Amino acid sequence: MTLKIVEVNGVTREVPEDVQSVDHLLKHLGIAERILIVELNRTILEKNAYDQPIHNRDQIEIIHFVGGG
Amino acid sequence: MNEKYSRQELFAPIGKSGQEQIRRLKVLIMGAGALGSASAEMLVRAGVRKLTIVDRDMIEWSNLHRQQLYTEQDVIDRLPKAISAQNRLVAINSDVAVTGIVMDVSATNVEELIKGHDLVVDGTDNMEIRLLMNDATRKAGIPFFMGACVGSYGVTFPIGVKQNQPCLHCLIETLPSHMMTCDTAGVISPVVVTTAARQVAAVLKYKTGEVTPKLQSVDLWTEEHASIDVSSFKKVDCPSCSSMATYPFLQLGAATRTAVLCGRDTVQLTFPPTRQFELAEVAVAIEGKVTELKHNDYVTVCLFQDHRIVFFRDGRLLVHGTKDVTVARKLTAALLG
Repeated sequence: MTLKIVEVNGVTREVPEDVQSVDHLLKHLGIAERILIVELNRTILEKNAYDQPIHNRDQIEIIHFVGGG
Repeated sequence: MNEKYSRQELFAPIGKSGQEQIRRLKVLIMGAGALGSASAEMLVRAGVRKLTIVDRDMIEWSNLHRQQLYTEQDVIDRLPKAISAQNRLVAINSDVAVTGIVMDVSATNVEELIKGHDLVVDGTDNMEIRLLMNDATRKAGIPFFMGACVGSYGVTFPIGVKQNQPCLHCLIETLPSHMMTCDTAGVISPVVVTTAARQVAAVLKYKTGEVTPKLQSVDLWTEEHASIDVSSFKKVDCPSCSSMATYPFLQLGAATRTAVLCGRDTVQLTFPPTRQFELAEVAVAIEGKVTELKHNDYVTVCLFQDHRIVFFRDGRLLVHGTKDVTVARKLTAALLG
């Protein structure tokens, strides 16, 4: 299987080639159900824009909210 | 001359004038758990004028690995966190007027509580209370330095530090019924300290310079980090921070009167404000039904049908050993008759 290389939160990751969109990536990372803020290549994404495609070498920042403290 | 703050004054961005600003600061810390302990200690050492720390809970053995104000003796003495925190903080720096309050903060008392403070630091453990604090601080027009952590991951967001920045409600439009808390995941102390450090650094910068209202995260285990400028997420019709704000979380009133506490099998029951517990009288009333009965100035504790039950003066009790509100209610009814 070919892999795609993306940078998530400053760490380089290999993801399967079939991870095509931000949505897919969030599912792949197991955080799709969380309350999230996502930035793709330094542009913040509205929640209805998570179908945007991701490409090799994209930079993605994801911050999810947690409860504890 | 007192050298207490000399190293902080030598730090050029603060200087003597910044220290004078810090010395005038009146801070409310919501929650005296892990984050609250860490930020309270830093702010008291930094020399704020007044620090109020509020918490509803007791100190447990499972708190000690990360809640830096507390000791084994506090668990043995069955002290509420707010009382032990106050004792420790006063010992650290007598310049600061420290008040610990044992209280369950809700929509009915939060506005009165935050009066007389310049800002609020987040030491809470769930999103519902954060949204309540977000509403209360938006209405009062003072900043709220949000922080949350679980596992090795922490997130911070300073709210109300700049004109037209989004608030927590702008970012979280709807609150899902299940949020990951320390109920389901552990937590390590380094991320507590890191998260609190960012909150307190933002407080010091707010008083002496300028804070960038960025949403930030860090994971100390995976070494991931993120910092996002969320200013475009400001909602012009936000119910919590726009000109047409209705502060929905302040309208909830006494709706949530029971709660499963973060981090363990414990249910909190709250009686109406008319019912306060006279702790010595409670102890006499339940004496024949329970074992391991103890009471001090703050709590009455007993063991009843294998559940540890804690009475607080403000009309609350904690039922340990269950997450089921119905079970807790039945035990309480059987105990109090």
